[in-house]
Amino acid sequence: MASLSVDGIEKKFGATEVLKGIDIEIESGEFLVLVGPSGCGKSTLLNLIAGLESITAGEIRIDGDRVNERHPKDRDIAMVFQSYALYPNMSVADNMAFGLEMRGMPKAERDAAVAEVAKLLQIEPLLARRPAQLSGGQRQRVAMGRALVRDPKIFLLDEPLSNLDAKLRVEMRTEIKKLHQRLGATIVYVTHDQIEAMTLASRIAIMNAGELQQLGTPRELYDRPTNIFVATFIGSPAMNLIPATLALTEGSVTVAIGKGDTQEATLPLPSDDGLQEHVGRDVILGLRSEHITDTPVADGDGQTRSPLTCHVEVTEPTGPDTLALIRIGDIEAMARLGADTPIRPGKAARLSVDMAKACLFDPETERRIGS
Amino acid sequence: MAADPGLAIQSNRLARALLYAALILFAVYFLLPLFVMLVNSVKPLEEIRGGNMLALPLAFTTAPWASAWNSAQIGVEPTGLSPYFWNSIKMVVPAVLISTLMGALNGYVLTKWRFKGDNLLFGLMLFACFIPFQIVLIPMARILGLLGLAGTTAGLVMVHVVYGLGFTTLFFRNYYAAFPDELIKAAKIDGAGFFRIFQRILIPSSGPIIVVTVIWQFTNVWNDFLFGASFADFDSMPMTVALNNLVSSSTGVKEYNVHFAGALLAALPTLIVYIVSGRYFVRGLMAGAVKG
Repeated sequence: MASLSVDGIEKKFGATEVLKGIDIEIESGEFLVLVGPSGCGKSTLLNLIAGLESITAGEIRIDGDRVNERHPKDRDIAMVFQSYALYPNMSVADNMAFGLEMRGMPKAERDAAVAEVAKLLQIEPLLARRPAQLSGGQRQRVAMGRALVRDPKIFLLDEPLSNLDAKLRVEMRTEIKKLHQRLGATIVYVTHDQIEAMTLASRIAIMNAGELQQLGTPRELYDRPTNIFVATFIGSPAMNLIPATLALTEGSVTVAIGKGDTQEATLPLPSDDGLQEHVGRDVILGLRSEHITDTPVADGDGQTRSPLTCHVEVTEPTGPDTLALIRIGDIEAMARLGADTPIRPGKAARLSVDMAKACLFDPETERRIGS
Repeated sequence: MAADPGLAIQSNRLARALLYAALILFAVYFLLPLFVMLVNSVKPLEEIRGGNMLALPLAFTTAPWASAWNSAQIGVEPTGLSPYFWNSIKMVVPAVLISTLMGALNGYVLTKWRFKGDNLLFGLMLFACFIPFQIVLIPMARILGLLGLAGTTAGLVMVHVVYGLGFTTLFFRNYYAAFPDELIKAAKIDGAGFFRIFQRILIPSSGPIIVVTVIWQFTNVWNDFLFGASFADFDSMPMTVALNNLVSSSTGVKEYNVHFAGALLAALPTLIVYIVSGRYFVRGLMAGAVKG
């Protein structure tokens, strides 16, 4: 187990800048998820940590030691690949023991280590088989086993679940989380799936176009995204982005939905920290679907809900709740209603908005404003 | 799209019959020379002189085979083809092994250890496949002379390795291009170096392409006449050159039955290689082309 520092990392392939100065610091035992759309540089960053690509600028430290110039085998890392990359000509046991053999561990010790990990992952009956004779889920387990048996300082996982079917993916996700809790290993995990990122990570680094957008706990990213990219990437359905204007009503800052003359609703903000300078300007109001609900507005102190009148276009029951596509003037948004809501599509409805959870963004810089 | 399904089946049958007829015709066409050679190699000379080359032997004899193998006049000595057969073996085995191994290494480097200009280098190596033998004869003779390998089996081995490298590199490069890079990355992280990855991961997965390369190189080197005739001494002369000397000797009676037997002896090793590993050959050629 070890800490990892990624310090001002840049990577160029010829003239193309793939990573533009990434800084990430994680403690021993953390589960870091690198997430972002394809082509954002997350896999490149993982390859740089592994030592499979050379670093253009910056420094990578494992347990405080600079590893830039170290060969992958000398970094004491193990990697699980998207394709699992099991050696097709070796049995499962030999696949798992290969790294130990290359490090000169005697046969008896190798066998013992493989047996122990095989027991942990419940793949003992598979040890004599070839990778071609395994199912996708079994291959995934063996790939995990090959990494575990090495007992490395850091585990690197490159989209390890993306080749599995939906059901197995959820199972293996839990399995990986259990393993992490049990072993307390330092893990860097690459995925493009924001749900995997949310469920697994102790911290998420969200990347786009070679830049780190935000590094924080899943909660922080979900509740307080630094910009519109993070706000829309995390969460499903995506956060509603509603054009609005900040106004001053009776001494407190309010959000007026709709631009100019066609204002549809005015929602008071519970806090106006750092917002005064934006009064009178256009903003983008970010609201997650679960903050636009059919919960009644109650009176009393600490009440942050505001009423909102809208037109319901479509309702989509999902089981635990009902998603509704609503229209406020000509602006569309998703709301999350109760499973047995009486609200029907095609009618007007009176919903409520929890403004304490609202995010405000500057439409120019796309960054969050206020506290 | 015929309305009557019975009619469709019938016309299908007719097409089948025509197809088989054509295939049988071609098979006969290709097998006839072999048949003539086999039949006439086990006849006494008088029967051949009698005229009918296609007739089965009346008096079966293995004497022509024995003569071709160990007593026919080749050059000055009545040694038969046997010493030259062994000369060919001594040339073919190292030439095939070395060129296959080097081709595999080249293919490995060109696909898994990419460097600047690797595609250009590969393109240049491909030229080796298209250069006609005649062009290199004189420069090659000069080089062999300088190296002190002129007229030796080692010299012939070198010529064939150099000439075969273009093809073997092409085969292995294309095969390894489809080999997943992630396996190489995994092996690097596992701590295997350049040669360990080659020996433990690549080579064990290269069965089909090794078979293709070995067959290709074996037939080419074994059947080569020009290099053998140009660069070999009398003691290192390969089978093909000796066969030519046997057949085109200008003294005495032309023993056609011995010539046929000798030609078959010369063709036997390549035939055996094909029969033993032919199905792997097809499988290997298909390996890169079809996924899955």
